[in-house]
Amino acid sequence: MNIGSGSLVTVPSSTGSWKSGDVVSDQFPVGLRVLVVDDDPTCLRILEKMLRNCHYEVTKCNRAEIALSFLRENKNGFDIVISDVHMPDMDGFKLLEHIGLEMDLPVIMMSADDSKDVVMKGVTHGAYDYLIKPVRIEALKNIWQHVVRKRKYEWKDNNFDQSGSVEEGDRQQKPSEDVDYSSSANEGNWKNSKKRKEEEEEVEDRDDTSNLKKPRVVWSVELHQQFVQAVHQLGIDKAVPKKILELMNVPGLTRENVASHLQKYRLYLRRLSGVSQHQNGLNNSFMGHPDATFCTISSLNGLDLQALAAAGQIPAQNLATLQAAALGKSATKSAISMPLDQRNFFSFENSKLRFPEGPQQLNNSNKQIDLLHGIPTTMESKQLANLHHPSQSFVGMNMQVNSTSQHNNSVLMRLSQSQPRTQLLNGANNGSQVSRLPLSMQQSLSPVLTQSGIVDNARGSVYNPVSQASSMVDFSVNQSKELQSYNFSLGSNSSGMSSLTNQGMLQEEVNSDIKGSRGFPSNYDIFNELQPKSQNWGLQNDGSTFDASLHPCMQGTQDVSSQLLLQQGISSTHNSGQNRNAPIEKPMYSNGDEIGHSNTMCGSQLNSGGGNMLAVKAERFPDADHQNTNIREQFGRDDLMSAFLRQQASVGPVETEFGFDGYTLDNLPV
Amino acid sequence: MLKSSKYFRSSLGERNFWGFTKCFIEEKREDEAADWWPSWTSLRPLDVSPGYVDEQFVELEELQDDATPNFVEEVVSLFYEDSARLIHAIDQSLENHPIDFAKLDNYMYQFKGSSSSIGAKKVKTECTQFMEYCRAQNVEGCKRTFQQLKGEYTTLQRKLEIYFQ
Repeated sequence: MNIGSGSLVTVPSSTGSWKSGDVVSDQFPVGLRVLVVDDDPTCLRILEKMLRNCHYEVTKCNRAEIALSFLRENKNGFDIVISDVHMPDMDGFKLLEHIGLEMDLPVIMMSADDSKDVVMKGVTHGAYDYLIKPVRIEALKNIWQHVVRKRKYEWKDNNFDQSGSVEEGDRQQKPSEDVDYSSSANEGNWKNSKKRKEEEEEVEDRDDTSNLKKPRVVWSVELHQQFVQAVHQLGIDKAVPKKILELMNVPGLTRENVASHLQKYRLYLRRLSGVSQHQNGLNNSFMGHPDATFCTISSLNGLDLQALAAAGQIPAQNLATLQAAALGKSATKSAISMPLDQRNFFSFENSKLRFPEGPQQLNNSNKQIDLLHGIPTTMESKQLANLHHPSQSFVGMNMQVNSTSQHNNSVLMRLSQSQPRTQLLNGANNGSQVSRLPLSMQQSLSPVLTQSGIVDNARGSVYNPVSQASSMVDFSVNQSKELQSYNFSLGSNSSGMSSLTNQGMLQEEVNSDIKGSRGFPSNYDIFNELQPKSQNWGLQNDGSTFDASLHPCMQGTQDVSSQLLLQQGISSTHNSGQNRNAPIEKPMYSNGDEIGHSNTMCGSQLNSGGGNMLAVKAERFPDADHQNTNIREQFGRDDLMSAFLRQQASVGPVETEFGFDGYTLDNLPV
Repeated sequence: MLKSSKYFRSSLGERNFWGFTKCFIEEKREDEAADWWPSWTSLRPLDVSPGYVDEQFVELEELQDDATPNFVEEVVSLFYEDSARLIHAIDQSLENHPIDFAKLDNYMYQFKGSSSSIGAKKVKTECTQFMEYCRAQNVEGCKRTFQQLKGEYTTLQRKLEIYFQ
């Protein structure tokens, strides 16, 4: 039923009355096709009756496997799925992830269990809503809103498509997330979003075949200048996407676009403001790859990079001061995360080759983390491996972000220097971006990497798909598979996994960092891979939090146009990811919320350091849980990322890598 | 006590002179030799022993309509089937040595879910209690609570039987 099947669905402005996406029915939500899954026959019968009374078309089944086969046989046969959490044959969250990945349908979870962690898990896995049993008919009367909302955002994304523009990130997720955030009226308020855990969240990734190409926003220099102006006007601390959007007053620009761009920008600022010497050293090496990487992180396309480059022109000191003052700790984080994202790109490239390594990645990442201290060069391969764990990268990224003030410095440096590079990249990316998407899509694995446009050029196919939202769709499928494999490899499905995945992300991040410095192509690949993976992570029950973080990262990391795409792609593909992406942005906004930042980073970074990540994750995980529910996935990631980043901070090199553009990794002295 | 007027609007029974569902009154008579019981004091069968069912049951009643006139009955029988299976499984588990508390908890969780779906309040309370003992790994507490639960369950069955007549 997803709208995605490539056709533009006319989404009504409000409660669109369309049914399976292509037909606008005035009777909506009458006839909404619901699939109910619950092993309790009493409850199932009651739900069926209630839904019938709401004039919905109900199909019930008592087994998750049967439900999945229904859905697979009939891709467009359902509009929404309601599932119980505790089922004997398959965990409800796992089903949620599957549906998100394969069909991109909104899924509502139900349970008699109303404990916070379970609900949080629902959020992080991308459930659109969570109902407590016994369910009352009033609760079911409004489930159609999830369908509408989802479609609306998909439609919006599709329609926003501009030629050559880079998508911001996965829009799919954003819409719902956006809504959530908007409703909480506090985009920057992490806590609020947390409280909204029971609200609908973006759930599934769009990995559905809907090959909707997400419109991309090209952050031109002018646009970016406007953005920066708006941000400065509001004050870094108070700059929330909504207000920025208002100030910028650019028609056609959405809050999500601004949000993801803001994320990246924050990362960038962080990098500029607080780079440790280690990073500085690395930064220097990265200087060769200047701003481009930085920009890319935030999902900027080539143009963005230029913009960043321009921004980077601000004297390092000024910027640092500004950031230090404004962003404070969070700034550091965001800045860091941005660089991380970039790094991920690089490392992704390398990792691309290594994707299948999954579990190994963790190990690798550990090593890589060490390497990060030193020189990423060696880590590339490992990083790649790590990158495979998308989730990991995110974690790593976050961590890096958090821990590095150094990054800021390096970022700043990079920016100034990256101008030429950026342009180069931009040019490369721009051209390749479009073409890349299709390529990347094929690659499926690369989903992670698509972020950097630059990378795409180099890599070609690999990168594109991932970052780009549209491509993401395909990727998501691929990715999910990969991710899933990784996820499992990383750990069990239980939350432990998530931690692992998160860790993996960190590792990846580390790896990616290292790699990123090396060069774009590798990073991108990895990133792409990682990203999608991270998304998967989110979807999977395991460490739902983890996923969340992944997405955010992704969005934030798209420095290069491709980056944006990547994130979007990934996030879009992953239902959970989607949710994550959006939330991630939010976390970013809250100063105190490292995780948010890290989330963004995570997306792109996909954990590079396995070892560190694990440790980090343990620490962060709980945090993630407490994070906004919206971000659910993000939280996990964020935590991991933050944790990871912190570790990285101690590690040193890791951060620096992120701080530097992915591009600059090449020059990292060994 | 009249919990809610809507209850009396239930279509399950014919209306008596006072507009109250007759079945309740009849139930009363049957149950408590209420030949002399004033019709206006008809109570819901389940109100006779208050607390047996809660508002969820009323929800089920409201779901019932002309298209599915026996909806409540259908749901309740589904509940009986499912709970019979669970009770049997729990009984068996309690006989095992050593006792698998995780499994017990799982069963009881299911039981609790379905009993709350039909609004069986007291049964649900016992389930919660049982699960607590389970978590504390208190075998005696579990067994004792389970006996109580079975008692409540049987009483509920009795009440519902009357209700359906």
